[in-house]
Amino acid sequence: MNLLPWTIYVSFAGACLALVAGARSAAAARWTALATAVAATTLTFLAARDFVPGAGLQTLVDVPWIAGLGVSYHLAVDGISLTLLVLTGLAATAGILFSWNIEERPGEFFALFLALIGGVYGVFLSADVFLLFVFYEIAIVPKYFLIAIWGSTNREYGAMKLVLYSFAGSSLVLAGMIWAFAAGDATGFGLTELALAGARLPFPEQVAIFALLFTGFATLAGMFPLHTWAPTGHVAAPTAASMLLAGVVMKLGAYGCLRVAMPLFPDAFLYCQPVIAWLAVVGIVYAGCIALVQDDFKFVIGYSSVSHMGFVLLGLAAATPLALAGAVLQMFSHGVIAGLLFAVVGRMVYERTHTRRLADLKAMPLHRLLPFAATIFVVAGLASLGLPGFSGFPAELSILIGTWQENPLWAVVAALGIIVAGAFTLRVIQISFFGTTNLAAIAAAGDHPLPPITRAEKAGALLLISATLYVGLKPDVLLDWIVPALQSPVFQAVMKGGNP
Amino acid sequence: MTLSAQYLWLIPALPLAAAAVGALVPRTGRALAAGAAIAALVASFLVSCVALVTALADPAAKLVYNFAWFDLGAGVFRLGWLLDPLTAFMCVMVTFVGTLIFIFSLGYMKADANFKQFFCFLSLFAAAMLGLIVANSLLLLFISWELVGLASYLLIGFWFHKPSAAAAAKKAFITTRIGDLGLLLGLLWLYDSTGSLLFFDGGAGVLEAAALGSLAAQVTVGGLVVSTAIGLLIFCGAIGKSGQFPLHVWLPDAMEGPTPVSALIHAATMVAAGVFLIARVYPLMQADALLAAVPVHALTVVAFIGAITALMGACIAVAQNDIKRVLAFSTVSQLGYMMLALGVGSWVAAIFHLLTHAFFKALLFLGAGSVIHAAHHEQDIRSLGGLSAKMKVTFVTFALGTCALVGVPLFFSGFWSKEAILHAAHGWDVSHLPFYAAVLGVVLTAFYNTRLMAETFFGKPRSPAAEHAHENSPVMTLPLVVLAVCAVVLGFLNTPVWPWLDTMLLGKTEVHGHSLMEGAGLMGLSVVLVALGLGAGWALYGRRTRVSATAPDPLAVKAPRLMAFLAAKLKFDELYDATVGRLNSASAAFADFLEFWVWGGLVTLLARLGEFTGLVNRETDERTLNGGFDNVSEQVRGPGRVYSRAQTGDVHGYLRFLALGFVVLVLLVVMGGAK
Repeated sequence: MNLLPWTIYVSFAGACLALVAGARSAAAARWTALATAVAATTLTFLAARDFVPGAGLQTLVDVPWIAGLGVSYHLAVDGISLTLLVLTGLAATAGILFSWNIEERPGEFFALFLALIGGVYGVFLSADVFLLFVFYEIAIVPKYFLIAIWGSTNREYGAMKLVLYSFAGSSLVLAGMIWAFAAGDATGFGLTELALAGARLPFPEQVAIFALLFTGFATLAGMFPLHTWAPTGHVAAPTAASMLLAGVVMKLGAYGCLRVAMPLFPDAFLYCQPVIAWLAVVGIVYAGCIALVQDDFKFVIGYSSVSHMGFVLLGLAAATPLALAGAVLQMFSHGVIAGLLFAVVGRMVYERTHTRRLADLKAMPLHRLLPFAATIFVVAGLASLGLPGFSGFPAELSILIGTWQENPLWAVVAALGIIVAGAFTLRVIQISFFGTTNLAAIAAAGDHPLPPITRAEKAGALLLISATLYVGLKPDVLLDWIVPALQSPVFQAVMKGGNP
Repeated sequence: MTLSAQYLWLIPALPLAAAAVGALVPRTGRALAAGAAIAALVASFLVSCVALVTALADPAAKLVYNFAWFDLGAGVFRLGWLLDPLTAFMCVMVTFVGTLIFIFSLGYMKADANFKQFFCFLSLFAAAMLGLIVANSLLLLFISWELVGLASYLLIGFWFHKPSAAAAAKKAFITTRIGDLGLLLGLLWLYDSTGSLLFFDGGAGVLEAAALGSLAAQVTVGGLVVSTAIGLLIFCGAIGKSGQFPLHVWLPDAMEGPTPVSALIHAATMVAAGVFLIARVYPLMQADALLAAVPVHALTVVAFIGAITALMGACIAVAQNDIKRVLAFSTVSQLGYMMLALGVGSWVAAIFHLLTHAFFKALLFLGAGSVIHAAHHEQDIRSLGGLSAKMKVTFVTFALGTCALVGVPLFFSGFWSKEAILHAAHGWDVSHLPFYAAVLGVVLTAFYNTRLMAETFFGKPRSPAAEHAHENSPVMTLPLVVLAVCAVVLGFLNTPVWPWLDTMLLGKTEVHGHSLMEGAGLMGLSVVLVALGLGAGWALYGRRTRVSATAPDPLAVKAPRLMAFLAAKLKFDELYDATVGRLNSASAAFADFLEFWVWGGLVTLLARLGEFTGLVNRETDERTLNGGFDNVSEQVRGPGRVYSRAQTGDVHGYLRFLALGFVVLVLLVVMGGAK
């Protein structure tokens, strides 16, 4: 069990090693990075094997850190964080496989990549709000460099927008956190201490602090109308960075809502519930509508990502047992599927055709030029539009049923979003890969071949597809962890109202 | 030999395995992919036969096998298999017709470069369709339902380099998904109200008395009973999938797919899934039947939608010139008859018609495929003609199929099944309108089919393609012959004298027939109606056949505006483009505008504001504060110069130091953690 903290240390150590190795050769840097990511993933799986699902966090490390503030270095795990640790491992490994061709400053690239991953592992393992915030910041900074240095279209703008939003979100979280600590009689920043102190605050103050914390975290989760950083960030980001961005970074925000904001102030949450739910529902349909008319391949995927994250937020907002379990499942599912979609668009297609304009791609017989990419994209697209057999289906189904139990109207509007998702996904599949009607061009596809899909790309794609299929067919592998974790009194309070 | 319900999964799993084989073999593995698909479906057919024998041994029994799929703590999603005569008959039909169509495809798709994908998709379809039939859970049914939609999408768009095919595939998927939304919401509601989605579960299933009783006892918005509301939502799914008014628009376009696909999916099986669905959840649809003070009964809606569709489809079919589109609208119309039967209370008549229709419509579509294949993909009946002599087997079998569809008395299956529907509609005590619509539809059906036969097979060939057509190989004609035999024989399984199928479906054991004389009046009427339609068709199209492909249609000469309106499919596509289509693009454009101009502008404005503040601050700094600092700074600069030697400007060097520091920090933390 005590293997899990090592995911953090291994990632940071790997970051340093990759930097050193990168000074020698690109190959050394990427193999170091891959070894690190695989090692961290293996650690997670080894720990998961011995994991006993249960209600409440299971402490891994707990030592005082800043004694004066009652901050401790407190790492703990439950089924929800374990699920997201597995996701982080998968997304990191796949991201490195899809960055195999990075030649520009590879050492720095993989160092920043692994540092980001280390921060993410840290967030998912923190049981102390202060510590969580520190890791949260560690995860945000490398993002900026990854986009600003290795990005493409409009990268400074994209990177700046993303970082400004992230920091704006963080500052709200920081303010909320400090307020919660200072206003009450909390003895420390531990989740339990803060929750106990928070419950004793006057209700309006609870609502205000909750609003700060939730808005701050939800910004990073891409909640409408604070989502606009995500698509531009994705468009500007290099492939691996957009995979991480959609795959895990947006999950940090949702995780923060679920782990910190909601359990700390369950009554305030229930008070704000309708607002959050409506924002989530509107986001689902609104982002889907935008995705319907974009001409940039990555924008389509970027907005689809926002739309699917809307389901996560809806699940959180509905806060019934089914909806919450579905939301966590959807976090995993979206992380894997969005990663896959970005990999196809950014790595497989863009780096070969040097265009993301759908109008340009339509003219190319891409299904012949890149048959593997076409197959993967069709599969990923189907997974994304919620086809049974893939992880998105049980996740969205659970969220919808859970939401229906709370308020059928939310479920009806969100279900409309599923139709929109079908429409934009099919549109982009048809235009991008199967758009050519020129039979001569299809026949002549062999004359101007594109570089073939590499083994690393195939490995990464198959890894992610197996993950979404496996969870889609047997959601119990994750739900067996998630459901007991939701039995914990803090989440029960969120579902029923009233402090633990 | 009997089959335990536990092993029912074999029926869909075999084609699924074949689909996997088809997906994994290389493009050159044509024989393997096709062989696996056909072998698997034949095996599936044999298992289905055993299942049928098992089910008929005790027709009243519902053999189920349920298991948990995933567990959410507060709720468990369970799936299951169900074996009863309805399932068994459907399985046998799908596997049998499917096998014949697979065999036909061997010939039809011989020259296609993507031959192996075609069989992979066909197998996937068969698997999903069979999964839908054996499901004992609305959830499993919904899952298969979606997969059926996917297979249909892939197959309609199989020739995706044709823009019309790609558009048709998307239209089919999205339109049916609109219906599926209703089904999904119905599913959510049902789960919320009953806590289960299993049909039969030893008394706890949603189709069993306890659940139905509670559903019928609750009232929701507009005074609607909950069971009615859920039933109508589920019916939305059926409207989409079965091409019912007003979501029928995708079905004619789906004819862009290869003809075997049209035969299997868009005539015989998938489009009938909606009828099957309503038959399956019939107890739920009927739960409100005994309540008097309700705004509407679920089945009343079904009956009217069915009647409208039946009449509308027949009307439009009169004015179509594409051989497959005539058949497509005839399918729409026939599906309407099935829905009508469901609505007026006779689900067994609906299933009987579903089964007979599957055979004769598959026959007609394959016949059309045979014609199209022989005539080098000429599909316009005005350009065909004179094929009766050139393609004898196709002609005779097509004629038999037409007789069944039209309902030529006594010797054709379609006559008996349609008769059962008319009888049920006549006896419906809510309204007689659906009955009159159905009666009118019978005349029109006879009329447009006569036109189709006359234009396609009689007269002189009116194009070089028709001129050079000749009969296809046995691999294509043999399935036609087998289906033609079925189109005749099947009717005798369920005549009023010996209603064996009805008895079995209703779970009884003793067949009680009655003399033909009892329904003779109605039967006589329908004979007259058929004769009327045939006569009118013959008078207009058969007596004097068309002279050239461009000659005007005799009916269009008499009523040009009506025919143009019918030929334009009552302008439904235009209507939807102008309303739903425009609403959709408007909302997308609006969201796009909001996103990039309003929100984007706001963010840019904020950024500019920040920059401006920065500028002001900088100027203030420069002019007022800096003077003082400059003096102080000068004193600091001395030592600074010394330190500056450490600043090499080598980024790698810095980062290495940074890394070192970081390692030390991490080590400190780790050691601290170990303590």
